[in-house]
Amino acid sequence: MPQARVVLKNCGVIDPKRISTYRDRDGFKALEKVRREMTPEEVISEVRVSGLRGRGGAGFPCGIKWEGARNSPGDEKYVIGNADEGEVGTFKDRYILENDPFTLVEGLALAGYAVGARQGYIYLRAEYHYLLDLLRGAVNQARESGFLDGFAIDVREGAGAYVCGEESALMESIEGRRGESRYRPPFPTVAGLWQKPTTINNVETLMNIPQIILNGGGWYSQMGTERSQGTKVFSVSGDVARPGVYEMVLGSPLRELVDDLASARDVKLVQIGGATGRIIPYEMIDTPLAFENILGAGAVTVFDKSRDVLDIVHRTMEFLAEESCGKCTPCRQGTEAMVEIMERFCRGEGQEKDIKVLEDLSDTMMLSSLCGLGQAAPFAVTDTLKYFRDDYERRIRGN
Amino acid sequence: MSKASKNISVQNQESQNLLVVLKEAQTRYGYISQEFMAELADSLGVPVNDVYGVASFYSFLATRPPGRNVIRICKSLPCYLKNCQTIIETIEKELGIRPGETTPDGRFSFELTNCIGLCDRAPAMLINNDAHVGLTPEKISRILKSYK
Repeated sequence: MPQARVVLKNCGVIDPKRISTYRDRDGFKALEKVRREMTPEEVISEVRVSGLRGRGGAGFPCGIKWEGARNSPGDEKYVIGNADEGEVGTFKDRYILENDPFTLVEGLALAGYAVGARQGYIYLRAEYHYLLDLLRGAVNQARESGFLDGFAIDVREGAGAYVCGEESALMESIEGRRGESRYRPPFPTVAGLWQKPTTINNVETLMNIPQIILNGGGWYSQMGTERSQGTKVFSVSGDVARPGVYEMVLGSPLRELVDDLASARDVKLVQIGGATGRIIPYEMIDTPLAFENILGAGAVTVFDKSRDVLDIVHRTMEFLAEESCGKCTPCRQGTEAMVEIMERFCRGEGQEKDIKVLEDLSDTMMLSSLCGLGQAAPFAVTDTLKYFRDDYERRIRGN
Repeated sequence: MSKASKNISVQNQESQNLLVVLKEAQTRYGYISQEFMAELADSLGVPVNDVYGVASFYSFLATRPPGRNVIRICKSLPCYLKNCQTIIETIEKELGIRPGETTPDGRFSFELTNCIGLCDRAPAMLINNDAHVGLTPEKISRILKSYK
């Protein structure tokens, strides 16, 4: 399946500082259309028909999320654009914001219309501070041109915390507190920001909305597989000749992205979805990129044959231990224990019984962690124990 | 208006939002002092440890004075694959300090950071809010010279 340009349609074409160049590419036509001729329910229905699922990693159906917030009682509701892109190896949202901040603004305004929110937020990670003026500029130009009447957008900036990309931690952060995940239920669509019904969508999810409105959900749902419709933007880095951002129709084989587009050679394994993602050995390079297989937020980090599997796992776990918010024990202690064990493996002091401990600990963390960080933290361990067990065994035997 | 929704509208104001106020203080003073935290807690009517809890949670907030320029080198896997270690060593040599330290003249602080989303142009670092990408040991001293 080929590359496609839906999300990245305007990237490199428009001037991200000038709204007129966005207008020339059908900019804000979708928003004008819904205000003229569609009820909020019709907008939600179109998004449901499209099959669009969340692009931040979890893959929750966007239309169902919006419907949930729409149907929750209360007249104070919020919509949030999640631009706290912190997953290791992910930079697609940075590329999108650099090149086309207007589509995000329009997508969020459409979300606000559908859900019935008068206030939207975009939460930008502090590491992308250099994009703040551009993003605020896009919001201001949209407001001055009359596209945000009755709907305000505040751009809030994070302060350096990976876990704030997690929806409930992000809301805590917007409210000004430590970015610690919340217990759910209640879910954000019922009690989110300031305990009001809230939808939170990844930047890339919102980028799809204007075209779904203009071309119809049916048009969108024709791309991809039965359970993964549309396109996905991938961030490819690591041992490749051509790192960068690639948009592909969902269901495309990983090989096309890694071998053909990014020109990787002698690949040993690919980590998909960053630190909380999955590890795919090269033997499985024909796996289709789709929610039903592997996807995450689309980080594709390629490791060639010179790389040490246990070193990769150790560094992944160090990252997670540092970024765990510390609220729940399985994640806070589990990631630390895994760092300690992986350190021993890397020093050649791992023992057979450590493998059993890693497996038990993985089960506990996946079952009992409070949020996606802890639940997905063991994947690098479990996947490498499955596909690269020899690497552990060899290190135990000392060769 | 119910009591709960009154609280919400108060929280909604940026002047009452701990993180917003702390970020402003950081921008203005370079760090968040003990005295500032105590005064802020007092004016908002919250315990000091609530304020410290927020200030210490986020890696871009400093509770001790950093150097005039803060270097953050990415150490996450995509940068590691592109030899960020040699960049870290070059900076250590140029400045004579280790990660977590500040030069005696107060010109630079030096930290290691997790993924900053510049993996396609690794190895990368931030100095203050500026991104520097495609780093090589040769580029480092020229980059450092541009920060006074």
